[in-house]
Amino acid sequence: MKYVDEFRDPAVGRKLTEQIARLTDDYMKREKRTRPLKLMEVCGGHTHAIFKFGLDEVLPDAIELVHGPGCPVCVLPVGRVDDALHIATQPDVIFTTFGDALRVPGSKMSLLQAKAQGADIRTVYSPVDALAIARENPEREVVFFGLGFETTVPSTALTVKQAQAEGIDNFFLFSNHITIVPTIKAILDSPDLQLDGFLGPGHVTMVIGMRPYQFICDTYQKPFVVSGFEPLDVLQSIVMILRQLDEGRCAVENQYRRLVNDDGNPVALRAVTDVFQLRKFFEWRGLGSIDHSGLELKDDYAAFDAEKKYAIPALSIADPKACQCGEVLKGKLKPWECKVFGTACTPETPIGSCMVSSEGACAAYYNHGRLTTLRRPTATREATT
Amino acid sequence: MKDHEHPLFVRVEKWRRRAGRVRDEVVVAAHGGGGKAMRDLIDDLVVRELGDAVQVDEDQARFEVSKLAGGGDRLAFTTDGYVVSPIFFPGGDIGRLAVNGTVNDLAVSGAKPHYLSCGLILEEGLPIAELRRIMKSMAAACAEAGVSIVTGDTKVVPRGAADKIFITTAGVGIISQGVEVGAQRIRSDDVVLINGYLGDHGAAILAARGELKLETDIPSDCAPLNGLVEALLAEVDVHAMRDVTRGGLAACLNELALSSEVGMVVDEHALPVRREVAGFCEILGLDPVHLANEGKLVIAVPAAQADRALKVMRAHRYGERAAVVAHCRPEPPGVVTLNTGFGSERILDMLVGEQLPRIC
Repeated sequence: MKYVDEFRDPAVGRKLTEQIARLTDDYMKREKRTRPLKLMEVCGGHTHAIFKFGLDEVLPDAIELVHGPGCPVCVLPVGRVDDALHIATQPDVIFTTFGDALRVPGSKMSLLQAKAQGADIRTVYSPVDALAIARENPEREVVFFGLGFETTVPSTALTVKQAQAEGIDNFFLFSNHITIVPTIKAILDSPDLQLDGFLGPGHVTMVIGMRPYQFICDTYQKPFVVSGFEPLDVLQSIVMILRQLDEGRCAVENQYRRLVNDDGNPVALRAVTDVFQLRKFFEWRGLGSIDHSGLELKDDYAAFDAEKKYAIPALSIADPKACQCGEVLKGKLKPWECKVFGTACTPETPIGSCMVSSEGACAAYYNHGRLTTLRRPTATREATT
Repeated sequence: MKDHEHPLFVRVEKWRRRAGRVRDEVVVAAHGGGGKAMRDLIDDLVVRELGDAVQVDEDQARFEVSKLAGGGDRLAFTTDGYVVSPIFFPGGDIGRLAVNGTVNDLAVSGAKPHYLSCGLILEEGLPIAELRRIMKSMAAACAEAGVSIVTGDTKVVPRGAADKIFITTAGVGIISQGVEVGAQRIRSDDVVLINGYLGDHGAAILAARGELKLETDIPSDCAPLNGLVEALLAEVDVHAMRDVTRGGLAACLNELALSSEVGMVVDEHALPVRREVAGFCEILGLDPVHLANEGKLVIAVPAAQADRALKVMRAHRYGERAAVVAHCRPEPPGVVTLNTGFGSERILDMLVGEQLPRIC
């Protein structure tokens, strides 16, 4: 398949891994460093690719990948799931959502369980599908569960604009859209996490462009390489980070040129700023409240705001005690070091949301990475110290 | 003249014995009511379409045990319910599926399938023309597989209590003396083969539901496998055999690995996947190894016989794209892994729930 196969070519992959091994070795020797290099892949999409293609296993021991918070399902807090359930179980509501969100546990149940109990919850593949359902069911109230980073925000924004233009008054948005940059900053400010570089989010950057990351180099002096999601993208991005480290440079670089324009997508950005504004703060699962990290509808579009229409409980509910998703999301714990990993918490009965989406670090480890964990017992020891 | 010799009486009695005809355009409650309307439906749509093998005079089909057994010494017996939506899809329909699914469940035990039952649950309002199309399709599938539907049942439920039509088929087959196929026979140096493309049925159904707004006409692989099984058993010492259905290849291999406590390593690049299905999966974030099939089986054979098995499969119309997909090994027991081509291996587990498309 064009644009897929060439980025999965194992022969090229082996060349890149050799290059990574050489660069890492040189750097570690020259810097007389023993602590492994910690690189964070920001996106769940990267995490998924890393485990699907077993990339963690071909990297040298001196490189440790830290799985970042860029999985929208994983960072959805219990309270917001409960709010979604509150809306979804209203008598006239058709609640529409992307498939991944169905299994995220709320304090009492998940959307999937609510659906089995009779709530009209439907999976859609785009907010446009939700709008179509609203058009076809004028007597019902159709709510779209808006989820995701800047990748999915523009399509939601354009859908809300479309609803307004058509005068559709039975379509509502429950916005849980979030922005990535404040979260990266929160992680960089976290005192107990020393990262050496970032694989930046490819599809978010396609929308917002490269400039918003400049502070990461200026203030924190960390290399930041915007990376695609195929195995060769990930490997090449690691090479680019290592080159920066090797040359003592620090820059925001773009590996994902075939898709990402340095300036982002101005049309998409305009739609977003027309419709959305930053919330003062937004709660993330495991990470707590992060300032200016969530998006809500502007007053001009308040008529479409499900939060205003349904008087949601909006409670902040603590994560289950046993759950260590927060530590995993911040990269402090490896998934298998969590107390309940693979026993009480499995993809079948997830306690934390990192075990839900296939992009969640815990689910990725559980589904694909167990072998690696067994084969690299040293990694376990290093990570806990 | 006796009463029953009166011309009027004779005429009416003759009429009563005529094979019934359904004049309604859709299924109504009376078609399941046990009266004349049901009799008409059975005559017109079941017996007329499925043929004389259907034994309607009694409430059960009867056969001579010695004739049925032939050279076999064990009976295989299975049942399965079919609730697919949509009921018609590229490459098949619920009727073809209901015959082939049960034929295949019998065939992979090494049995020769003989007789099927057919339980119909019809939703009021189902167009008679659609029901007829389904029955014709069942008859064609039976003819292809060399089996007969011999007994059945028909129920009609109110609108909303079923989705158009549900079919249950049970089947019996005979396992020949000496045929021993089972997961416990898998050895740690066996080779695992599949008879063609992964995921065709799953992709066909997802696409045919129309929710994805993807224009594609990937055909389902729905097919009877008893012919292929017969050819294989004649030539190869098949250790284990499973049909690949819901859960796809991943579920199938994991079941085999867990039952036999043998490890398996899958070569990702050897997996036969139709180009359209690969593209379909890429767009939706699905994996062909988890998608359903309805005309595929995997077999575990001794390494020395793998080439012969491959040749037999490829010579058959339902095995042209056969391939070796996995190699067994002693460790880790019960675990299936996948060789990614990047010099690494990852776990290939069965799926927990349904495959849900990813957000971004």
